[in-house]
Amino acid sequence: MNMTFKAELNGAAPDTDTPALKVENLRTQFFTDDGIVTAVDGVSFTVAQGEALGIVGESGSGKSVTALSLMRLLDEPARITAGEVHFQGKDVLAMNPEELRAVRGDRMAMVFQDPMTSLNPVLKIAKQLVETMVVHGRFTPEQAGKRAVGLLGRMGVTAPERAVESYPHQFSGGMRQRVMLALGMSNEPALLIADEPTTALDVTIQAQILDLIRELNRDFGTSVVLISHDLGVIARVCRRTIVMYGGEVVEEGLTEDLLADPRHPYTWALINAVPRIDEVRPSDRRLTTIEGQPPDPFDLPKGCRFAPRCPFRIEKCDSHPDLAEVAPGRKSRCWVTQAGTPLPKKQRHAKAEAEAKAKTEAKTEAKAATPRVIAGRDEAPLLSLRDVVKHFPLPKTGYFQPRRAVHAVDNVDLDVFRGETVGLVGESGCGKSTLARVVMRIHQPDSGEVVFAGQDIARSSQKQIRPLRRRLQMVFQDPYGSLNPRMTVGDMIAEPLRFHGITKTNAETQERVADLLNTVGLNPRVGRRYSYEFSGGQRQRISIARALAVEPDFIVADEPISALDVNIQAQIINLMLDLQEKYGLTYLFIAHDLAVVRHISDRVVVLYLGKVMEIAPADQLFDRPLHPYTRYLLSAVPIPDAVVERERGYLKLDGEPPSSIEPPSGCRFRTRCPLAKEICASVPPPLVEHAPGHVAACHFAGQLQ
Amino acid sequence: MTRYIVSRLGITIVMAVLATLVIFLIANTVPGDPVLAQLGDVAASNKEFVAEWRAKFGLDLPLWHRYLIFLYGLIHGDLGISIASQRPVLDDIVQFAPATLELATIGFVLALLVGIPLGIVAAVWRDTWVDHIARVVSLIGVSSPTFWLAFIMLAVFYGGLEIAPGPGQLDPIALAPDRVTGLLLIDTVIAGDWGTFRDAAAHLVLPSIVLAAATLGLITRTTRASMLESIQQDYVRVARAKGLRKSTIILGHVFPNALIPVVTLGGLAYAQLLSGAVMTETIFSWPGLGLYTFRSAAALDFPAIMGITLVVALVYLLINLMIDISYAYLDPRVMR
Ligand SMILES: Nc1ncnc2c1ncn2[C@@H]1O[C@H](COP(=O)(O)OP(=O)(O)OP(=O)(O)O)[C@@H](O)[C@H]1O
Ligand code: SF4
Ligand code: SF4
Ligand SMILES: [Mg+2]
Repeated sequence: MNMTFKAELNGAAPDTDTPALKVENLRTQFFTDDGIVTAVDGVSFTVAQGEALGIVGESGSGKSVTALSLMRLLDEPARITAGEVHFQGKDVLAMNPEELRAVRGDRMAMVFQDPMTSLNPVLKIAKQLVETMVVHGRFTPEQAGKRAVGLLGRMGVTAPERAVESYPHQFSGGMRQRVMLALGMSNEPALLIADEPTTALDVTIQAQILDLIRELNRDFGTSVVLISHDLGVIARVCRRTIVMYGGEVVEEGLTEDLLADPRHPYTWALINAVPRIDEVRPSDRRLTTIEGQPPDPFDLPKGCRFAPRCPFRIEKCDSHPDLAEVAPGRKSRCWVTQAGTPLPKKQRHAKAEAEAKAKTEAKTEAKAATPRVIAGRDEAPLLSLRDVVKHFPLPKTGYFQPRRAVHAVDNVDLDVFRGETVGLVGESGCGKSTLARVVMRIHQPDSGEVVFAGQDIARSSQKQIRPLRRRLQMVFQDPYGSLNPRMTVGDMIAEPLRFHGITKTNAETQERVADLLNTVGLNPRVGRRYSYEFSGGQRQRISIARALAVEPDFIVADEPISALDVNIQAQIINLMLDLQEKYGLTYLFIAHDLAVVRHISDRVVVLYLGKVMEIAPADQLFDRPLHPYTRYLLSAVPIPDAVVERERGYLKLDGEPPSSIEPPSGCRFRTRCPLAKEICASVPPPLVEHAPGHVAACHFAGQLQ
Repeated sequence: MTRYIVSRLGITIVMAVLATLVIFLIANTVPGDPVLAQLGDVAASNKEFVAEWRAKFGLDLPLWHRYLIFLYGLIHGDLGISIASQRPVLDDIVQFAPATLELATIGFVLALLVGIPLGIVAAVWRDTWVDHIARVVSLIGVSSPTFWLAFIMLAVFYGGLEIAPGPGQLDPIALAPDRVTGLLLIDTVIAGDWGTFRDAAAHLVLPSIVLAAATLGLITRTTRASMLESIQQDYVRVARAKGLRKSTIILGHVFPNALIPVVTLGGLAYAQLLSGAVMTETIFSWPGLGLYTFRSAAALDFPAIMGITLVVALVYLLINLMIDISYAYLDPRVMR
């Protein structure tokens, strides 16, 4: 541990018997014009000295409002209307503004979700770090200035001396979140509250930030409250976890027990809705989902708040259950589990089982590992990319400077066969979306071939492509931005039908629209409404319906589930699987959630700085990756299983991807690769087939231990 | 930084050349014959005399030729001869500009000094009585017609209460100081004539308040709106979570962000004041550009109108340049 970080603080050692934080019956309400929203309703929990507590729950469950209430950071119309918050034995809710100010940022600090907006854009990093150290009187401005550099270095910011002199816009999201963490730790708080600190970040950067939080917790004894919707993130950091639903705590326990054996149907549903990256693809890939919406905060159910969606509901559930002990150290707010009834265990392919299977497969080679891949590989691929290059020129920086360009996609070869799903993964900025857009001919590639159904669309005119447009459709990430707010849902789906002349009469169009809405699980009556009236998941269904309208063969889905809650994610995944089965669709599926990619894909492509690093059948890629980068990427993904997380060795990938304006010579991964040798800098490694259908671009493939 | 400034400067120069062309074209295609306006009916019916006049002012040459002459003259500081006063336009402008500069600057500073703090407190104590007062002040400022305000001011403070001096820059009996800068406040100081200084200052009070009113309203509103906008940003919550004092948060975090739109708007408002407030200057018999513009327009004095328009255009370009440069200091994001 770095000595500069362990500062010369000499605050009195707190007495270890009082918990760091004790919250009792906290209730926070928003007094809006439309009525009262009870966002947090009777929440109680404690965080012991040096403990890490996780809070999980879906969007709107009250996690953030809870966190903000702890520091009393909410503004009107929010008011804390009941309860107590004891921090180190002192009542936070009774503090006067001056006492409160003295605690904030000093003994109790907070890291917020969105690093892009959390730093003041017009102030230097140095000032933003120094002021918090100086205002609490722990450091003189000179000391604070030195310490700011030390802290940034400690948080893994490259060239911290230069970094403090910079402005926030000069940093990536990951770097800014490091700055936020440095800020949070600058006065060595006793309690660090982190609200979704890694949600906006790449999985590799997430792993680094989570490591930092774990170290702070372990090495400095800083108590941590970590809020996340991702069970894997919680499993990696937190000893104990509470689950929130509809503003209440519905379950509490040690993370390990809670994940292995959930005692509340909502927790059960959350756990079962997410696929796991360490799990071979089951034959039935449909995920467990729960129907219905989170409760309307204006009109909470009288009985159990989860009852309208609960598959285990009994009569008694019409009355409101208390949070009660169901086993030593475990509490649940559920009549059924309180009565001792266990919840069904999901059929998971146990780890040992999976490993055994992998071994036999390794012997019999790749044949068995790709059960669903269509046998006839002799047939021509539906989509075939050859040596595709797409660069984006940058504006010149000076009249005599050479023109520079972002190397978004470089020399990509890829075949996609009819009826399969190809997953595309890699860190942000590695060219996933560009590749998708090249396939759609939204971008024209600089060179190379894009052959779809036998026709090279890279060089064709838009007019020549038009007939193919029917067969090639795209679903976008942002369910909010990709739909026209001024059109009804029905009109939006009808548009491509009319454009391509698929339906002749109005009646026929209406009928087809109704069909399509039915297909994606929406009531045909919603066709008359506007897209902004729908939730994220519903909107994504609408955009899928729109893509399906023209009866395509091929759908490019660019992060179709990233903006959605896990349960909705599971619903959309199930929908995509059903549709594939029904219509024999071919998917190019882009996602940053690797577990989902493993679950849904037949084959997976790993991109890094615009280049293909590895392509393999899904299970093979995840169980026996050959490329060092793939290894790191997989290792970064947190697994929602505390035992696995604890025993798992990590490979730590430091730093961030280099600039794609001047990518490294030779192998693009060499600047972060521990195996890199001289040859890696001079000779770009070719994509070599190591097993049938398993190619990797590395001079030392499979040699990383 | 230098590159940014140089590129802004380059753009400004190109715009300035374009402005000369546009101004020239407009001035030369406006209907109404300046010669006839100047000569009176009798002389205008004498063809030879008219032709002679036209030749004297170059009105008989083709358009492009006249533009080149105009440009050549500009480069040599020659804006032509005013038809009305028969003096070089530049001399006229130099004579009238300082009065406007003095009045506009004092009015503008007044508007800033009151408008910005008022906007800040209105935003911080939103929907309280402070905010309501600010709203009323800015409403009055923005919406009351200048001539009305000017007359009211004169009627109340000069005519009624007799605590303010009447129109004009100085009392009729006061002796104007030697002209050095043309700015009375400065020239009187140079001359050491404190009595006249006080008189000049007193004469500035009413017109500068009238002039400031609209700008003040605008600045109060903009400051309030952009403060409110930036108070809602995430970084303000972060600043609170750091345990900073409220005053530090407002002045150190919110205000620097809120300043950016205020500078844009304020700069343009200043440019507008500088180009001469016809109404205010006329009512207060203020010998500034506004008054000059008014007279020249009435006389269809083309060279003078072109000259004034050009000066106004240059003032706008210059102020825009200054706004752009100040962005470089206020907002690090403008420089990639
Ligand atoms: N400013 C506000 N006005 C009214 N209601 C609000 C406001 N902010 C939050 N709420 C409500 O409070 C409830 C809890 O919101 P909160 O932000 O704590 O959810 P969360 O669990 O953090 O969700 P997410 O995962 O999306 O961050 C929701 O019903 C939300 O609609
Ligand atoms: S109390 Fe009833 S409705 Fe609520 S979670 Fe338990 S079983 Fe489901
Ligand atoms: S080629 Fe070299 S640098 Fe690149 S991944 Fe392989 S070992 Fe690492
Ligand atoms: Mg939240």
